[in-house]
Amino acid sequence: MSTESNYYVPEESRLPVLGALALGLMALGAGLLLNDGASGILWVGTALLVAVMYIWFRTVIRENIAGMNSDQLKRSYVWGMSWFIFSEVMFFAVFFGTLFYVRTLALPWLGGEGDRSDMIHLVWPEFTAQWPLMETPSQAAGSNEFIGPDHHMSFPGWDKMFHWLPLWNTIILLTSSVTCHFAHHAMKHDDRKKFNIWLGVTVALGIIFLFLQYEEYHEAYTEMGLTLESGIYGSTFFMLTGFHGFHVTMGTFMLLIQWIRGLKGHFSSDDQFGFEASSWYWHFVDVVWAGLFLFVYVLA
Amino acid sequence: MAHGPAKGIGRWLFATNHKDIGTMYLWFSFAMFLLGGAFAMIIRAELFAPGMQLIKPEFFNQMTTMHGLIMVFGAIMPSFVGLANWMVPLQIGAPDMALPRMNNLSFWILPFGFALLASTLFMEGGAPNFGWTFYAPLSTTYAPDTVNFFIFGVHIIGASSIMGSINIIATILNLRAPGMTMMKLPLFVWTWLITAFLLVAVMPVLAGAVTMMLMDINFGTSFFDAAGGGDPVLFQHIFWFFGHPEVYIIILPAFGVISEIIPTFSRKPLFGYSSMVYATSAIAFLSFIVWAHHMFTTGMPIAGELYFMYATMLIAVPTGVKVFNWITTMFRGSLTFETPMLFAIAVVILFTFGGFTGLMLAVAPADIQYHDSYFVVGHFHYVMVAGAVFSMSGAVYYWLPKWTGKMYDETMGKMQFWIAFVGFNIAFIPQHFLGLAGMPRRYADYALQFSDWNMVSSIGAFMYGAAQLMFLYNVISTIVSGKPSTEEKTWEGAQGLEWTLPSPAPFHTFSTPPNVK
Ligand code: HEM
Ligand SMILES: [Cu+2]
Repeated sequence: MSTESNYYVPEESRLPVLGALALGLMALGAGLLLNDGASGILWVGTALLVAVMYIWFRTVIRENIAGMNSDQLKRSYVWGMSWFIFSEVMFFAVFFGTLFYVRTLALPWLGGEGDRSDMIHLVWPEFTAQWPLMETPSQAAGSNEFIGPDHHMSFPGWDKMFHWLPLWNTIILLTSSVTCHFAHHAMKHDDRKKFNIWLGVTVALGIIFLFLQYEEYHEAYTEMGLTLESGIYGSTFFMLTGFHGFHVTMGTFMLLIQWIRGLKGHFSSDDQFGFEASSWYWHFVDVVWAGLFLFVYVLA
Repeated sequence: MAHGPAKGIGRWLFATNHKDIGTMYLWFSFAMFLLGGAFAMIIRAELFAPGMQLIKPEFFNQMTTMHGLIMVFGAIMPSFVGLANWMVPLQIGAPDMALPRMNNLSFWILPFGFALLASTLFMEGGAPNFGWTFYAPLSTTYAPDTVNFFIFGVHIIGASSIMGSINIIATILNLRAPGMTMMKLPLFVWTWLITAFLLVAVMPVLAGAVTMMLMDINFGTSFFDAAGGGDPVLFQHIFWFFGHPEVYIIILPAFGVISEIIPTFSRKPLFGYSSMVYATSAIAFLSFIVWAHHMFTTGMPIAGELYFMYATMLIAVPTGVKVFNWITTMFRGSLTFETPMLFAIAVVILFTFGGFTGLMLAVAPADIQYHDSYFVVGHFHYVMVAGAVFSMSGAVYYWLPKWTGKMYDETMGKMQFWIAFVGFNIAFIPQHFLGLAGMPRRYADYALQFSDWNMVSSIGAFMYGAAQLMFLYNVISTIVSGKPSTEEKTWEGAQGLEWTLPSPAPFHTFSTPPNVK
């Protein structure tokens, strides 16, 4: 409920309509790229979007520094960020849901379980359900439409555990959540030096994670025969880890910006929303990884 | 911010004012309504008589698909967002929406998104032709190339919806005037709060669905292809996990509108306010756990069929509470029947009818007969058109004096209502008979025994279409030459903060929040 008497309603702005134009161009351009191989419009749209976002965030930061943001407006930003993260949770829920559905229902049915086993069996008689799915139904039926992977990414056993990248990635990302929390704690006590150090460490960990993720993908494509095209295992593996990796990239970038802002002295114990919002995002990305580690890597 | 609107086109392009943005949403959605309506007229003209008369079957499929997509995403949803933009700040005593610039971004994405979608009609291969539910593999393996534009269009339209909803939630939770507690919120605000929650929850699911389609089509994944270990039925699960909440996204704000109009013209407060709030929340919750009632014929295990059947029927309970409350509000009220009230009463009656046919469809063994027949088409037009669109028309007549400071012509309004009401029923009652007699949906031609009712249905549809042109005429002539209506309280029985403001509502309202007792 509002207590202040003046809520800041901004003057008209050119940014939103340009942002919408950018998104429109990107949608058109992405379609053209896939259909005709022409990438020009996609680049123009992306460049415009980047420019709009840069100016938009700069404007908001300047408004905040100029003291135009009442506590009430700050609460609006808090709600905005929280619900945005909720929408991201739902986005990942789709891909986790897909994974669960495929593993617990679709594949066993294809393998002949369930009420309609007699009919299914006529379609894919040689197919056996397993997870990770190394041999696809089409392979079992003697076609090479979809070829399963040569190797999978699951837990390799205790003896090889320390050569297993996902474990390292888990340790790195969980640690980064802790360092991010330390940074927050430091700023709460207006300890800028510690804040800069801990946040810097967090960003560095994020970058290391991304590097290892790149290594993993490289190995998958070049040595393990595991690609987007290797049946449902490859599809779900790359979709889940890929979108997660994309979010880590975004999160690292956001924290990097906050780090730079920290160096410029933008934050104080009672005014650090830009950092806090980014840190919530970072914790969220971390929780998603915990789910990934469990359901994509360990319990497979 | 004390000054008025900017001059020229910049006022609209660079707007941050909730009323201007609301106005743009309303006009845009009406334009889409006319476009989707034109497609519907083409469909009904082709189905006027058996045999192929006017268009080719391929084009017919594009028409049904584009009609559905444009009506759901372009007409109904943005129209209620426009209404929320206008009314939520006025009803809670807020100076504007919580995040005014993002508000304008949400709006301006829509023209770009729908221009992209509509432009596929002129591209090689034609527009999407796989139905508004775009089931795989029709929408993947067998889709026209333009499907990629459709997918990216859905992505940005979805982003617009999510941002719009976040804005509405932040406004309602954070910008209420002092004293405006949650349980004092007008019902339109409550229903929008819950609708916005549903939107934030399921639009990302839709985005996920189209993203998987994109991957299957262009990058060799096999989410919806059994040959690689995926499952086309998975697509239906994901789509309807979005799709069933989506139908409540469409109807809940309509419920909110009805809950404002009926008390006004009954000159009585709404009966059972808190039960309305709880019923709305219950509907929203249940809407997440009933989705597979759209999939009774996909070969679900029997336990699944039973669960989804009973869970679906449960929704009738909170829905019944609402209908009961509306009727009880009218009971012994001193009723008058101005145009908004006529629309509201029609919604109560016709929506209830649509709810009952929904219950019939929820009976799994029966639905195996009804599924994908014209009966389903009849059902959802009773809820979407007679539910959502009728209440939107009522809402425009109800608040038009507040928006413009002018009064519409009551005779013309009533005439428009009756033509719409009669036309609608002539168009859609026969579709139930056709479906029960076995006519499938989404076909460009039909067997001879279906001829009579199809002709009747088409005549009704043209009549309903004509009523919309009359609606447009009524709105424009009110704006241009309506009788001035400047008193604060347009309707004698109206309650709520918006009726404490002058008409037309000034450009900036509640810059200092009012005190609500
Ligand atoms: C008591 C409430 C309701 C019940 C029990 C119900 C039940 C159902 C069922 C079981 C179906 C599937 C029929 C089939 O495909 O065989 C269906 C279809 C549909 N319903 Fe409802 N419904 C209800 C309310 C609504 C509302 C409020 C809306 C929208 C405002 C709606 C929109 C639709 C649509 C669009 C379809 C068809 C989707 C398609 O296949 O294209 N329904 N309904
Ligand atoms: Cu449903």
